[in-house]
Amino acid sequence: MSGGTKPGVVITGISGNLGRMLTRLLHGREHIIGIDRRPFPRRPPDVEVHQLDLRKNKVEDLFRRGRIKAVIHMGILHDPRMSAAEHHAFNVVGTTRILEHCARYGVEKVVVLSSANVYGPSPENSNFITEDAPLMAASRFAGVRDLIEVDMLANAFFWRHPSTQTVVLRPVHIVGPSIKNAPSNYLRLKRPMALAGFDPLVQLIHVEDAARALVEALRPEARGVYNVVGPGVMPLSAIFRELGQQPVPVPHPLARPLLSQMFRWRLAHFPAEELDHVQFPCIVDGGRWEREVGFRPRHGLRDTVRCVLGDAA
Amino acid sequence: MAAALEDMVKAGLRGWTDRMAGTGLEERLRQVSRPENEYGVDPFGFSLDYTLSAVAPLLWMYRHYHRVKVTGIDRVPVGRVLLVSNHSGQLPVDGAMIGVAMLVEGTPPRAVRSMVERWVPTLPWVSTFMARVGQVVGTPDNCKRLLEADEAILVFPEGARGISKPWAKRYQLQEFGMGFLRLALETDTPVVPVGVVGAEEQAPALANLKPLARVLGFPAFPVTPTLLPVPLPSRYHILFGEPLRFTGRPDDDDGVLEQKVATVKGAIRELLERGLAERKSVYL
Repeated sequence: MSGGTKPGVVITGISGNLGRMLTRLLHGREHIIGIDRRPFPRRPPDVEVHQLDLRKNKVEDLFRRGRIKAVIHMGILHDPRMSAAEHHAFNVVGTTRILEHCARYGVEKVVVLSSANVYGPSPENSNFITEDAPLMAASRFAGVRDLIEVDMLANAFFWRHPSTQTVVLRPVHIVGPSIKNAPSNYLRLKRPMALAGFDPLVQLIHVEDAARALVEALRPEARGVYNVVGPGVMPLSAIFRELGQQPVPVPHPLARPLLSQMFRWRLAHFPAEELDHVQFPCIVDGGRWEREVGFRPRHGLRDTVRCVLGDAA
Repeated sequence: MAAALEDMVKAGLRGWTDRMAGTGLEERLRQVSRPENEYGVDPFGFSLDYTLSAVAPLLWMYRHYHRVKVTGIDRVPVGRVLLVSNHSGQLPVDGAMIGVAMLVEGTPPRAVRSMVERWVPTLPWVSTFMARVGQVVGTPDNCKRLLEADEAILVFPEGARGISKPWAKRYQLQEFGMGFLRLALETDTPVVPVGVVGAEEQAPALANLKPLARVLGFPAFPVTPTLLPVPLPSRYHILFGEPLRFTGRPDDDDGVLEQKVATVKGAIRELLERGLAERKSVYL
């Protein structure tokens, strides 16, 4: 398979865990062109990876030089330690640029990886949030504003470019043996801080299932916004039991100031606002994705929970 | 340590339930339980195992404290149904007693879901307890989803206006919200009016400390004879009315909907009047 002849599939953020998993699934089927600021060590020789910032003009060259049939955009940062301005610029400007290239070069399929966190955990949430619900996350946690903006940009693109099949995926918390996102890191803690008296329902999806969902999103019938869920819901306490962790219950009025001090002094990796996730539910309805694309997660509930520890991957 | 203690309490309560109700109750609960996953909860967070423990003190209250008498429970139809009741007594014991009645006396037994206030999920322990025994936050979306799954939903259209009203307004129905009727029309669900007599007397509110309630974020802060959130042992009588079936558009003018709501309110008022007329003793 030679590089320039076959139409390409661009994957942004390819060097992350999910990107590498996705590469494994698409390798041999598609001509993959990866873009990431980070290197992709030990990649298959026929996978191109360009170490670039998405905002650079060089990115456009990749679209200009040969036909691109699909773009999977997951080059979206989630780093609470980074300056808000830098974070915002990378996510929002990066997404805008990528979508501009898609429009200009007539890319048929655009898949944007958003997250179910855009709805945000809240005591007022319905038990099952559908895709048409307002994206309320920033009302309690301003730090996620740019993630909502990315989702909205993709939504606007969907309406403005009807000839492009645009898909916005909002998966629940992605967990995996080597995933370093907030939910996986939190569940790996031996003595995680919990809120006394609160035990919200939680949804998780195995990183392999999330990667499979991204592959399925390339199918022509997938169009629009979809929540993507894993094998079910479970109370947070059940996850701790399964993993053998010993949560430390802290009264909720104390927990927020405590965690924000710990975060400031680098004793904790989570900003205090993240406590909403262990206090209130943010449970989404994945019915639309299941019906329209026929997607079912392959990993069962227990398997999905255990995979964060790395022995059941 | 905390988990071990919790398990001990749970096992103790479970034993109490079994002694009071025998294994018959568990059989009944199994009939009503929904598909659960390997972590023992249904998609809304209900847990049969948890409920079997949690129901013990409520069942004891039902039998020995409030000595609940039930009339007309066989009128509750199978399938989706909205139970619409008056709300009183400062503490939501009325909801719990209706729930226990449907569980232990309903034919077939039903695990009623009630729509709880949106501040419940902000309360430690209470939020978890409510979710595990099958209560859900009262959003229209939740209610519709459950009715479409043919569940029995308990609603108190008076909300906080009803439960927190002062002693002087006992057995006077407060203003009804109209959301339940819209949902009934939208999902073609029969409405069963329910009158609860006896809850008013469990905690006569002599005053409502509104500023304190505001500070604490409570809907009300009633001052009752016990001064504690403990109900007095008033006798309960729960009366179920004939199912009412409504037709029409859920997005009709408020005026049209108000007439239908008034029909439900009237039916509940009749049930209350009957219950009060038949009552011989409030506490004894």
